Amino acid sequence: MAVLSETLAKAQPCLAHHPVPRAVVGAEAWKQAAQALAEGRMTLLGLWGEHDAAHMAVRDTEEGSIAVLSLLCPNGRFPSVGAVHPPAVRLERTMRDLYGLIADGAKDTRPWLDHGKWPHSRAEARAPYDFLPAEGENLHHIVVGPVHAGIIEPGNFRFTAGGETIVRLEERLGYVHKGIEGLMAGADLKRGAQLAGRTSGDSTVAYAFAFARAAEAALGCEVPPRAVWLRALMAELERLANHFGDIGAICNDAAFALMHAHTGVLRELVLRTCDAAFGHRLMRDGIVPGGVAHDLDDRGVAAIRALLAEARRRFPPLVKLYDDTASLQDRTVGTGRLSPELARQYGAGGFVGRASGRNFDARRDLVYAPYDQLHFTVPIRNDGDVNARVWIRIHEVEQSLGLIEQILDRLPAGPITAPLPIGSDACEGLALVEGFRGDVLVWLHLNREGTIARCHLRDPSWFQWPLLEAAIEGNIVADFPLCNKSFNCSYSGHDL
Amino acid sequence: MRKHIFQGMIHAPLTEAAPAPDDAALAELAQAVERTARRRLGRSLAIREVDAGSCNGCELEIHALNNAFYDLERFGLRFVASPRHADVLLVTGPLTQNMREALERTYRATPDPKWVVAAGDCAIDGGLFAGSPACVPGSIGAAVPVDLYIRGCPPRPIDLLKGLLALLEAQA
Repeated sequence: MAVLSETLAKAQPCLAHHPVPRAVVGAEAWKQAAQALAEGRMTLLGLWGEHDAAHMAVRDTEEGSIAVLSLLCPNGRFPSVGAVHPPAVRLERTMRDLYGLIADGAKDTRPWLDHGKWPHSRAEARAPYDFLPAEGENLHHIVVGPVHAGIIEPGNFRFTAGGETIVRLEERLGYVHKGIEGLMAGADLKRGAQLAGRTSGDSTVAYAFAFARAAEAALGCEVPPRAVWLRALMAELERLANHFGDIGAICNDAAFALMHAHTGVLRELVLRTCDAAFGHRLMRDGIVPGGVAHDLDDRGVAAIRALLAEARRRFPPLVKLYDDTASLQDRTVGTGRLSPELARQYGAGGFVGRASGRNFDARRDLVYAPYDQLHFTVPIRNDGDVNARVWIRIHEVEQSLGLIEQILDRLPAGPITAPLPIGSDACEGLALVEGFRGDVLVWLHLNREGTIARCHLRDPSWFQWPLLEAAIEGNIVADFPLCNKSFNCSYSGHDL
Repeated sequence: MRKHIFQGMIHAPLTEAAPAPDDAALAELAQAVERTARRRLGRSLAIREVDAGSCNGCELEIHALNNAFYDLERFGLRFVASPRHADVLLVTGPLTQNMREALERTYRATPDPKWVVAAGDCAIDGGLFAGSPACVPGSIGAAVPVDLYIRGCPPRPIDLLKGLLALLEAQA
């Protein structure tokens, strides 16, 4: 019997949780689960707190099943997962900052999102941040941020370099912490969906999609088929826009501006098509619990078909340009290599994981409608460098173009929303949606009257940011922007 | 690569005609811009973008200003890497408590004369995040003096462009 089934068999199930099981476990089983994560028998999908409980979402490596394990913490403490499984470390530091839960046995107890600036900041966070040391002859520090040179989000990077070579990078994040999970508590589903859609602006569709699915799972709401297909259409358009933008931006950071100019045009064409089809360039608030906010008319369909034709005309010559330009490949090949072992350990999603051999895509492996009826392949590479992350994006663009075409060809007719059966009882739901950057997790606990008791949003970046620190080691300082852009982690999605 | 460059020479540009500056913004700015500054800067402004807690949606649309369709630099407007080189701070987000000090320091690092443009609904009053203890009440305006607000969630590139052109007109 696989480790997760074994754990669940001995635990107390929570019947109001859908569509996957949640079970309350004891401290011993919690520790065993942490050990199973450390041994690679399970993958950590999320770890979050409430004032009196800790929860972890896990996936069994062997069975592929997922579940939430909960530990009641009446005295505000729980056995540390991060002590044996490093991907949990920053999540535990966040649980302390936001919910006061203490991870017993944790080695790194520094504050994370709490910079000592909140009215309720704890004393420890008000002290200067204790960066990790790097010692050696002739090492020097380079401190970057939080305000960066480009038009990007804020974060603080501390490099220790020996000459040009980076010996250690330490990230300090949390600058854009807006208190989203705090605002979620007590909000109704409409406001909750809006907040979810503003967690990470580039993934507004993915977040709204995951939030809606979690709410519908909790309430037992069946979404009309047309809405389900329109959601996937929006999700693929979002992926397309972001991948086009990223491919160009990565090349731009290798001083190859030509590609950036051309993919910038492609990205703009996608956004204008989204505006024409769904009334918003980023399709913000387009997905709502129960369905979608806007129907797609014939003009919208025609606009998207025209976009497909234009992308298929313009993109292949750009791929050839990337493939043929030796000076560009000289920068991307072999740079910022992430080992498959680390990608697996951290459960890294998206192009970061798939460029380093982690064969996982929520659309296929945690299949949700309408992807169960669509044909696509998941590109995988094992080289793990900047070049591999570019190629994964290129192949995903090709797959998304195919998916959009299939959706338009088979889009069912009918209504686009269903009423939400609110007011029966308190209930809980979990959903994972494959955003452009990886799997977005939303966990939702609804009160009896349908308001939000607790909502946790886990961005894929939580399991990618720490890997950037590993991938950059031994590279030159000048290649950091290139590596960073090839990861393109979210700050806002991470900082919440 | 030669093929791409050659095609770029023979095809008409994608760049669109300039929009008229936003009238309301123009009126708002007329008072903010001093005559002396107009003489010194001419028709060129260097912009430093500061994300003060945005979801990144505004940054995506600000980025778009540089693409071939909007081509911001044709107006003499350009983004710079340091506040030391900037005339304008373009600030987004509901101003998180964790970014307040960085924004204030960036403002102080920008030489006079300078203007602050707050872009996006969050930058006006906190938007959807208003009331969060993690955000500064009153948003950007509570920390630095704001000369122009551009609405939207996020503002469309064309609206950003209209606002920035108004800034240019007011000081030209």
